[in-house]
Amino acid sequence: MTSFLARRFASVIFVLWAMTVLVFAIVHVLPGSVAHMILGEFATTDAIAALEERLGLNQPLYVQYWTWFTGLLRGDFGMSLTMERPAGPVILEALGRSAILASISIVLVAILGIGLGIHSATHVGTWSDRGLTLMQYFFIAVPEFFWCILVIIFFAVWLGWLPATGYAPLHEAGFWRWAQHLILPVSTLVLGLIAHVSRLVRSSMLEAIESRYVLAARAKGIPERIVLRRHALPNALLPAITVLAVDVGILIGGIVVVESVFAFPGLGRMLIYAIDNQDIPLMMGGMIVITAIYALANLAADILYAVLNPRIRVSGSAG
Amino acid sequence: MNRIPRTLLVGGVIVGVICILAALGPWIAPFEPDAFNMRARLQPPSTTYWFGTDEFGRDVFSRVLAGAHHSLLMGFGATIISLVIGVPLGLIAAFRRGWTEEAIMRGVDLMISIPPVLLGLLILAVTEPGLLKTMLAVGLVYVPIMTRVARAVGLDLLAEDFVEAARARGEGGFHILAREILPNAWPPLIVETSLRVTFAILLGSALSFLGLGPQPPDSEWGLMIAESRPFISEAPWIGLAPGLCLCLLLIAVNVVGEGLRDLLDPRLRGRGH
Repeated sequence: MTSFLARRFASVIFVLWAMTVLVFAIVHVLPGSVAHMILGEFATTDAIAALEERLGLNQPLYVQYWTWFTGLLRGDFGMSLTMERPAGPVILEALGRSAILASISIVLVAILGIGLGIHSATHVGTWSDRGLTLMQYFFIAVPEFFWCILVIIFFAVWLGWLPATGYAPLHEAGFWRWAQHLILPVSTLVLGLIAHVSRLVRSSMLEAIESRYVLAARAKGIPERIVLRRHALPNALLPAITVLAVDVGILIGGIVVVESVFAFPGLGRMLIYAIDNQDIPLMMGGMIVITAIYALANLAADILYAVLNPRIRVSGSAG
Repeated sequence: MNRIPRTLLVGGVIVGVICILAALGPWIAPFEPDAFNMRARLQPPSTTYWFGTDEFGRDVFSRVLAGAHHSLLMGFGATIISLVIGVPLGLIAAFRRGWTEEAIMRGVDLMISIPPVLLGLLILAVTEPGLLKTMLAVGLVYVPIMTRVARAVGLDLLAEDFVEAARARGEGGFHILAREILPNAWPPLIVETSLRVTFAILLGSALSFLGLGPQPPDSEWGLMIAESRPFISEAPWIGLAPGLCLCLLLIAVNVVGEGLRDLLDPRLRGRGH
């Protein structure tokens, strides 16, 4: 177990380092001059030289990379080009707000996805199962950004119940206004994911229910409730853990889109802002932070899987 | 032979009809998709303007037709790109074990550990956006997945007797890959491809929605939905028309993908249902 953990942790570190190289390379090597990109095509040579001087762009690339990389290690993301303040705190604040969205969503997806999946699997062929299956097809296919538009039309424009955009901090606005600003973004984020998870849980639960160990448990005369909870469910949930990790990736994509539509000042909105305004330090920092979160989420899923599944612990081959 | 399931047929027909409409778009569109008509701004759907008109008086139906062209091109084009790059890489990794395989698969692991949207954004962030670039970015995002699938399929096939026979005949590596492995690798690859198309269309239209795809005045469904946002309360049809078409397309493509999986690859049948 220790060597498995050490190997997985080393691979996370490697991924993060490789991502710094990739981000840096794509931003600095591919499309010509960064200063041109920032100032636009009408910039004078003097202005470009001045900006290159200020940003250290006139130094060799490996020096620039080293300065940026060692800065990252110290938690220094450089100065934001458009906000006249360090990029680090901007990223941190945005991250905090996105974390609220993400954690509420993950909890809802886990509870509702697994719950609905179990319900479907234990009620196969009934109306509720068929209805849920049909809805899963629908919700998996509808893109988040169209969902956003639909809920805004319905709840914000027609009914006027909820605000269409923005964010209200909990300590300033109070619980109700804070929650109001979260309802629409969170519900658009979770619908597709709940459908995805519940569908998977349904199929793996069905597989477990038809297995021999469940048959054996029933044959021993154990009550059906206990057969399901103690024998079928733990085995059915293992694949769900892997999918939840994949869903974190989908969730990150969803957060970028949903935050942009609802003008929710989180990490995704910040990233799109940085790209639109060519705020390079903010953009590079945001991308590194998002990759780190994704890598850690996958690491957590792997550890959880290894803890729950003894086969992997023994062979240790899940690198 | 398996009977073709009804859902696959229905999904296939819907995808086919959308493709034909997209291809015929320029000839059957009642109006020029980019033509302004300031006297007919924000008209609700009617017999003249089937899906209404937008803020410039452009016919939404004609724009949806033109947009279908771009959205389909982006989804299918990106999938083909990932196929063309990923499948050879995967088969080579399966065939040339050792150092080559290690290098390819570590690269794949690395790319998979970056969230898909981020990889797309990274490629599009620093260059001028456009249809082809978005297509390329989405295609590259799905290369590692294709490589993994192709490698797994390749490893399975390499253990087969007919590959052994080809080796015994003294055939070269390229011949074995191109003539023996590839033709037999198609069924699982087609399944993976058809499931990938849904994600490619989704990611492509999401990137367009964020302004990183085709640029105005071009029409693409994701972009049209983004442009409709300021008029959401007075003219919801501008966004609803392309949005509903996109949903229909995605559901149909998904149904086709899963139908093909059930038909061609019965081993995977348990997974999605």
